[in-house]
Amino acid sequence: MENLVEIRDLRVEATTDAGRRIEIIKGVDLDVAPGEIVALIGESGSGKTTIALTIMGYARPGCRITSGSVTVAGKDMVTLSERQRAHVRGLEVSYVPQSAAAAFNPSKRIIDQVVEVTRIHRLMPIAQAREKAISLFRSLSLPDPEEIGNRYPHQVSGGQLQRLAAAMALISDPKLVIFDEPTTALDVTTQIEVLRAFKAVMKKSGIAGVYVSHDLAVVAQIADRIVVLRGGDVQEVGNTADILSDAKHPYTRELLSAFEPKSRGESVVVAAPGHTPLLKVNGLIAGYGPVQADGLPLVKAVQEASLSLERGRNLGIIGESGCGKSTLARSIAGILPASAGQLTLDGRELARSARHRSREQLRELQIVFQHADTSLNPAKTIEEILGRPLKFYHGMKGRVRDARIDALLDMVRLPKALRSRTPAELSGGQKQRVNFARALAAEPKLIVCDEITSALDTVVAAAVIDLLKEMQRELSLSYIFISHDLSVVEAICDEIVVMYNGRKVEEITPAISKVPQHPYSKLLFSSVPKLDPGWLDRLERDPELVKTYVHG
Amino acid sequence: MTTSTTLHRRVSYRFSWVGMIGFTIILFWAVIALLAPHIIPYPVGEIIDEDYFGPISSKLLLGSDYLGRDMFSRIIMGARYTVGISLAAVCLACFSGAALGMAAAVIGGWFDTLLSRLLDALNSIPSKLSGLVVAAAVGSSLPVLILMLAVIYTPGAYRFARSLAVNINTMDYITVARTRGEGIPYVVFSEILPNITGPLLADFGIRFVFVVLLLSGLSFLGLGVQPPYADWGALVHENIGGLPFGAPAVIVPSLAIASLTISVNLLIDNLPKKIRDRSR
Repeated sequence: MENLVEIRDLRVEATTDAGRRIEIIKGVDLDVAPGEIVALIGESGSGKTTIALTIMGYARPGCRITSGSVTVAGKDMVTLSERQRAHVRGLEVSYVPQSAAAAFNPSKRIIDQVVEVTRIHRLMPIAQAREKAISLFRSLSLPDPEEIGNRYPHQVSGGQLQRLAAAMALISDPKLVIFDEPTTALDVTTQIEVLRAFKAVMKKSGIAGVYVSHDLAVVAQIADRIVVLRGGDVQEVGNTADILSDAKHPYTRELLSAFEPKSRGESVVVAAPGHTPLLKVNGLIAGYGPVQADGLPLVKAVQEASLSLERGRNLGIIGESGCGKSTLARSIAGILPASAGQLTLDGRELARSARHRSREQLRELQIVFQHADTSLNPAKTIEEILGRPLKFYHGMKGRVRDARIDALLDMVRLPKALRSRTPAELSGGQKQRVNFARALAAEPKLIVCDEITSALDTVVAAAVIDLLKEMQRELSLSYIFISHDLSVVEAICDEIVVMYNGRKVEEITPAISKVPQHPYSKLLFSSVPKLDPGWLDRLERDPELVKTYVHG
Repeated sequence: MTTSTTLHRRVSYRFSWVGMIGFTIILFWAVIALLAPHIIPYPVGEIIDEDYFGPISSKLLLGSDYLGRDMFSRIIMGARYTVGISLAAVCLACFSGAALGMAAAVIGGWFDTLLSRLLDALNSIPSKLSGLVVAAAVGSSLPVLILMLAVIYTPGAYRFARSLAVNINTMDYITVARTRGEGIPYVVFSEILPNITGPLLADFGIRFVFVVLLLSGLSFLGLGVQPPYADWGALVHENIGGLPFGAPAVIVPSLAIASLTISVNLLIDNLPKKIRDRSR
């Protein structure tokens, strides 16, 4: 059978600001048969999106296709003129972007944007296009398919918008759809609905797909074949089942092993009676907006949360976006002062606002943020970033401080040569290590980690988690670990708190019982994709439960 | 995780030739202003030509003015006033504006509101008009001129610095510094300032041009530098009568103003760019 897409020896070059050229795609071959879904998987910077975009004959600004051919349905996209390419785009190949929220025009109704492709290519009369869009909405299992198109993009949820973006791509009956990480920004419970809808539509209409993702478990559900990329090179190509069960390439195996469930594997420490817990949170309420008559804020993001954490143990807080987990972390750290409730650290009362806490208390409780990019001052060198807490809390100067900076870098497994670099010159994983090392520099008792692995690639995230565990053994730290990713939390935490809608719904101790009791926890735990390709098809969810808790 | 082999931070700059030209002209005027008393051939106030609006000759390099004074000497001395006063005023304006703006962004609350409204009110008075009023009320002297120009241009610098600092202030590294317990001076000067230096310098350049033009305007109206000394604006004004004769006395100071303001603009539009090529 003739392939729909044939990429032969594709090379893409980028020009740096110094005018030097680097090859970012180094001779890639790729085939997509009609009706087949091929996944491109790899970490950030592996060239997966770049390759996917070349199928539309597009190279991002600063990049250019230097050699090779990209044949789509018999036409070489590399040699076509821009006008001819425009004819192929949207008609034969269409694109579903990562963030549908950024891809829709907020000032136009959704339906007008969905049918735009048919207008540009003069495919069908507008009334017919609208009808077709509505039938697509229906097959993508969107609620209220007749009316949803008349809304504006901000009036639908993230998961719905992503499906609407897929409808926009499918309306012209393309031969190939490129999905660029379409579910990465969604919550796990929402992701399932979107994946199901995509899979059903693609299967029904026999459209080929190129699915770009970094998440092997998601890809396992939808792809026929997987192409593993790294550094602009194909590492391994194979059928989904083969890749998952019998990976040949060491990098693929590394990716797979990052998925293996790692339990904390420690016995339950029973606190001695009369022992004071390290951190105690009692009835904490925090939120945003003007203060009401009862002294509480208008929007309560966290309602009556109570926690207790023993020394040397870790507490995980999980929940979906908007459940209040980050707000809870921020009020524990005193960044967003709580409106009510008590906080005690090591038996001493903590002021609600960081401004009123003593320097010693601030030192003992450090917070590490999700985005290392925004947590490290881009105008400073690593040395200055790590040196400041040493001087501020411990009064270290000169050679003592230099030696300590080296020791800290060593602790987080970074070469000393990075000292004089600025954060922009570091990779994502390196930045997150520096971010963590800065918290270690204070010699804290407790570190609040707010989604610190979410922005990292799977393999890098696994390495950071290992580092956290190691630090804990060496420095007798405690962590509060906030994440939406259950596997990460399970890997490091002794206790897991599940939050929903600002409230703590359940507290689970994995060492005693791994089975969640609360219906929401059950739903959340069952929604995490597994590496098994048949998982999505077998997964059965209680429709009542989904209706109550999933707003995607 | 990749470990890099580069040991030294390699920072190089790229400077376009347009920016280079601007920089050269600014440097030229700065040197002239510094060395002025040593290179003028005649005293500024002395009448040496019997004719007025004299043409360019080997004796008078740029002709003579409406009283027969040497134009070359007057322009060179004028550079002192134009460049000196403007630089002093713009330094004052930008320093106080940036410091207040960053402080307002970091402190926030009533401090921010009060300061912003106060400086907005000041900003709402047309600059020429307030210059006229001040000069008419307290008379024109060098300190008054510098201070007046600084006060007129502070609100703009404040607004600019504040809007930049407000964005930086929401970054996580500022939150980290605050939860560390850092004071406001540290946050302003160590965390925020290094990130906005580039735009602030560009703003400094634009504001310098504004000050030069306003000073020239005031001097043209007779409220700037007082005789027998004159800055370029005043030179244009006093020799305006030479326009029908095409006298160099009116054309050359105008060209001097244009060359300085245009080259400052060229420079700030083409500031050296730092090259960060990480992949090497």
